[in-house]
Amino acid sequence: MKKFKYLKNVVTLQIDQDKCNGCGMCMEVCPQQVFTLAGKTSSITDRDACMECGACARNCPQQAIYVRPGVGCAYAVLMDKLNIKGKCCGDVCGCSLDNIPDH
Amino acid sequence: MSNQLNKLPMIDDNQESTCRPDEQNTASFEDTGSANWITGQLETNAGPVYQVAAVLDRKDLTGSIKARLGLGRMDYIIPPGLYAVGNPEPTSPVLVSANYKLSFDQLRRELAGLNLWILVLDTKGINVWCAAGKGSFSTAELMRMVDATSLGEIVSHRTLILPQLAAPGVSAHAMRKESGFKVVYGPVRAADIPEFLSGNNKAEPEMRHPSFTLPDRLILAPIELVAMLKPALGLIGLFFLLNMAALLADKSPIIFISLLRQSLMDFAPFFAAILIGIVLVPALLPYIPGRALAWKGWVLGVLWVLVYTVLITTSAGWLQTAAYYLAIPAITAFLGMNFTGSTTYTSLSGVVKEMSFALPAIILSASLGLIGLIAGYFI
Repeated sequence: MKKFKYLKNVVTLQIDQDKCNGCGMCMEVCPQQVFTLAGKTSSITDRDACMECGACARNCPQQAIYVRPGVGCAYAVLMDKLNIKGKCCGDVCGCSLDNIPDH
Repeated sequence: MSNQLNKLPMIDDNQESTCRPDEQNTASFEDTGSANWITGQLETNAGPVYQVAAVLDRKDLTGSIKARLGLGRMDYIIPPGLYAVGNPEPTSPVLVSANYKLSFDQLRRELAGLNLWILVLDTKGINVWCAAGKGSFSTAELMRMVDATSLGEIVSHRTLILPQLAAPGVSAHAMRKESGFKVVYGPVRAADIPEFLSGNNKAEPEMRHPSFTLPDRLILAPIELVAMLKPALGLIGLFFLLNMAALLADKSPIIFISLLRQSLMDFAPFFAAILIGIVLVPALLPYIPGRALAWKGWVLGVLWVLVYTVLITTSAGWLQTAAYYLAIPAITAFLGMNFTGSTTYTSLSGVVKEMSFALPAIILSASLGLIGLIAGYFI
């Protein structure tokens, strides 16, 4: 299936190759296949596909990955800017993602 | 049951918080036994566990439809705890899920013929991906529920299978270190679980990417349309008042039914704009050039005004035409931008960047368009 791409060069994702031990956990949890194993370490090969969900950083045992996690939902950002609380399902919304079956 | 939406509630001021507050979590394990989706009880080392049906009945299906329409959506929860599918043994796998009933139903209906355990976390009625992003599907919550259900006494192994989309909230290595339980991330889609389990807990690459097909993109259209009901009625009301004011200024007689008909006709291009923003933009998403979603919405809005003013209406003057070009693409751009929250691929940084140019442009364009529309009634 064709992969959807959002804006170019905006995401905060970074990897510290010196810390990475190539365990492959980031590749396993990334829903957008942003990483590939290059030699003995993981590297970011499809940066613009990153949706900043934060799964890789949280599951990296070496703490080699940095990303500012968040949900890319304009409505949640708007409510946050207007300082309206509780209108969404929290400070991050994106709860319309019910369409992701399961789990 | 409250009529709550969890998105787009800005037009619905009468509602309380659309987020179900924690203290309202009244569903308890005790009255679960009579639920339609419980089939029996299983005795375990740590007491009885409810067995759940692996098929959905009519009540589950009507519940799903209501949730999709935003009716009582935030109350659509099941009690957190351990459940059994089939007749699991201490060696059977443990799947972990959220307590949003829609998520739970989509999981269990894929498990017919299997024997396994489902550990349901308290995600406050939010689906897995969002709960993981929000923090209620977390390492701490997973640990809490493992303890609360005495899972360690019920199963002989130490492996938990989590949906891959829970990974933003759960740290597999922290869980292992602190509880001894190994977290394995399963497939994104529940439908792939049987294959995942029979393949020695190995997810194929295509099981790791959430699809975003035409049905995926349109499944949220009903809830968005329901949310647009009030602004739509407000706009019709505005056109009604403007038509009436124009008649009064002309000292013409006021006939209610023709006034209403005129107002609805004035609303028609805006009604189409709402449908375009909510249905057509998501449907044509991969085919509209450009990447920003507000831009995609704007493009379709301009095309619609072109079609409307050239082919459909012949009576629009220059002011009204200009007002259409300003107001209608602003609406479709806003609805397009709003769709970012429903996609599987937009990042927060991208949305913030998109909004930094789109939002001021939309507000300016919509305001000028509104002024033009109002002026058009009196010139």
